[in-house]
Amino acid sequence: MLTYILKRILSVIPVLFLVSVFVFLMLRLTPGDPAAILAGDNATPETLERIRDAMGLNEPLLTQYVKWIGGILHGDFGTSLISSVPVLDLVSQRVGPSISLAVLTIIIAICVAIPMGVIAAWKHRTWVDYLVMSFSVLGFSVPVFLVGYVLLLIFSVKLGWLPPQGFKPLSAGIAPFMERAILPALTLASIYIALIARMTRAAMLDVLNEDYIRTARAKGVGDRRLLFVHALKNAAVPIATIVGAGFALLISGVVVTETIFNIPGIGRLTVDAVLARDYPVIQALILLTATLYVAVNLLIDLSYSLFDPRIRY
Amino acid sequence: MNRPLTISLKTGVFASVLALAAGGALAETTVTAVMHSDLRVLDPIITTAHITRDHGYMIYDVLLAEDAQFNIQPQMAEVAASDDGLTYTFTLREGLKFHDGAPVTGEDVVASLQRWGKRDTGGQMIMDVTESIEAPDEKTIVWKLKEPFGPFLATVGKQSGVPPFIMPKRIAETPADQAIQEHIGSGPFKFVPEEFQPGVGVTYTKNEDYVPRSEPASGYAGGKVVNVDKVQWVTMSDSQTAVNALQSGDIDLIESMPVDLIPLLEGDDTVVVEKRAEYGFQTMGRMNFKYPPFDNPQIRKAALMAMSQEPVLAALTGSPEYYKVCGAIFGCGTPFENTTGTETLVAKGDPAGAKKLLEEAGYDGTPVVLMQPTDGPTLKAQPVVAAQQLRDAGFTVDMQPMDWQTLVTRRASMDPPAQGGWNMFFTNWQISEIASPINNVMLNGRGDQAWFGWPDDPEMEKLRQEFIDAKTPEEQKAVTDKIQAHAIGVVNYVPLGEYNFPQARRAVLTDMAPTAVPVFWGLKKTEE
Repeated sequence: MLTYILKRILSVIPVLFLVSVFVFLMLRLTPGDPAAILAGDNATPETLERIRDAMGLNEPLLTQYVKWIGGILHGDFGTSLISSVPVLDLVSQRVGPSISLAVLTIIIAICVAIPMGVIAAWKHRTWVDYLVMSFSVLGFSVPVFLVGYVLLLIFSVKLGWLPPQGFKPLSAGIAPFMERAILPALTLASIYIALIARMTRAAMLDVLNEDYIRTARAKGVGDRRLLFVHALKNAAVPIATIVGAGFALLISGVVVTETIFNIPGIGRLTVDAVLARDYPVIQALILLTATLYVAVNLLIDLSYSLFDPRIRY
Repeated sequence: MNRPLTISLKTGVFASVLALAAGGALAETTVTAVMHSDLRVLDPIITTAHITRDHGYMIYDVLLAEDAQFNIQPQMAEVAASDDGLTYTFTLREGLKFHDGAPVTGEDVVASLQRWGKRDTGGQMIMDVTESIEAPDEKTIVWKLKEPFGPFLATVGKQSGVPPFIMPKRIAETPADQAIQEHIGSGPFKFVPEEFQPGVGVTYTKNEDYVPRSEPASGYAGGKVVNVDKVQWVTMSDSQTAVNALQSGDIDLIESMPVDLIPLLEGDDTVVVEKRAEYGFQTMGRMNFKYPPFDNPQIRKAALMAMSQEPVLAALTGSPEYYKVCGAIFGCGTPFENTTGTETLVAKGDPAGAKKLLEEAGYDGTPVVLMQPTDGPTLKAQPVVAAQQLRDAGFTVDMQPMDWQTLVTRRASMDPPAQGGWNMFFTNWQISEIASPINNVMLNGRGDQAWFGWPDDPEMEKLRQEFIDAKTPEEQKAVTDKIQAHAIGVVNYVPLGEYNFPQARRAVLTDMAPTAVPVFWGLKKTEE
């Protein structure tokens, strides 16, 4: 097991190296100029050239790449070309809101979706099943921004129960955190509930047709124990895969929800950095996201052996 | 005998109650604003971004400032000019201190002016004729010129694009092409570095040591009296979110309100929607003088004749309440307003005349590569409308959508349009940035050294020099009239009218100065 984990961790190195080269080249080949952003609208071509020089953007690409990678190996991800703030500071300020929102979303999604999927499978082809599946289709079909605006309209604008925007960290207290995080988490959860409920239902339907379920039922195991202990555990592998992938996606790609609810997360930082061609920030964020995906995939793979003892590494 | 004691006890209790009440009233007042853009660059000299200039007005002070009538007034310093107009002596007023406690000295001013002179267009022009800037003592700065520079005070006291903000010498010595790393000024607010998050927000606290001038505030001049303890600028990239936050009381001000969202605030007594400043922005189109078809002045003239401001402005703002047609390249209502040559532009255009002129000029159908930014709410409508107007007059238009950052990179390319260059793009300027021949960068006629489009126009350079040499406002006006006629004659650029988005504020926020740059001194916030 330990050897397997070590091997997987070592295999991350070539992946990240390739990602770093790819991202670096893609950014340099994309039109756009951070010097133009820094200088503003009425900078003359001469001024832009001088600022580009000062930013080191006129150096050969290989020199720029080696400098960047050399910095990373020393723990220095560089400084934002636009705001002059160290990239690590920028990212660390934004990771907290993204992770806490992702965790809350996944908790809500799991708590709602798994029972929904299980019940839909149990009541297969009854009105309960159809209702759950209809909800699931709706969750997929309605765009996230619409869900967000509707929730805002009801709970913030009309009822005035919750603030319409902003973020408070958990350290400020559970109530202030929940007050601002619940609407964005519910918004994001809508799509994940749909996804996980469908996956759970499909996996459960497969398992419920297995012989050992019939045997357990014949031996008089109760419905609840049958569903949630015997069947669900065996259906858990695909569900864990989808939950894990969803978590990684939530941290890196929830720009719309972050924008609607004004949450200072990683998604907005990425979009802002791309629009401003802030190379060091984009590069660091993509490396971070790649690492996160690799780590989450490793954790998902490891979790399989918890659900299914036949899987060994 | 006991009576005086009773009175004094009662008085004491009353005083305590008053003190408590006052303590309550003195609770920290914070103004939270959503500005037109998020603050990312903190160096107000290296960039001309409006939001960074606005940040500059928060934490820095200036030697001279423009009042509400465009007159230059003393701010940090009194100024005296020699009779020959070659020497300006500035004397710093008492009580000026930087936020780190150090007094503002002549040396700080000299270093700040020198850095500014390397970046600002007007500053560069003054530096070209500067013999020396020296600080003979702590309070005095002597600026000697090799030859007179008529608009000297107007340039040093201008409010945009890059005002000469005064910083400590050690910061101002940073090369002008590198951003400063310390943000210490002597202005009415202090920057709070630990609360600065690019893309999220920035916090300023009241500078308790600031000594305002005794005159009432007027424009950017006069006493900058701060009545609130803290100002926060928060970034909200979604306008609907900002409107929700304003209505719920989370924020106090939306600096630039999208016109289509105004109906959401109608009927809400807690919110006021208004035009803050009389002067807003000019939107304009710029052609590339280097390549066909716009290297031909007749074809540029035909393009100008093809265009009409009203449809462009209507598409841009959505409501006539927030735009006005104006053919003056220096802006309407400004001292140099003149609308010569723009009769068709402010009317319905002249597509038939443009078509005829195109034929006479021998236009061969060379496509006009028109860059269309798709991500800027105030920049995406103009190219669409203008492209149609050009097509109606017989131009072949190749409209290329792109994001604004691609556009600003591509417009710097001097390559032919078919090889990554361009023929035309559109942008906007605050009126103060185009209101004089010194500020208005489009009028630079120095070919490859000029602003994007690169007109090689010796006549314009001659006129700009005439403006610098003009000694009186009347002489200056006579020259700017000639510049207007010449600029429109050669179609230096196409002014497409003026617009002014309103601001939305909570009614508890009052006494906001009607300035184009949103300033936070003077304003008051009462308890809700």
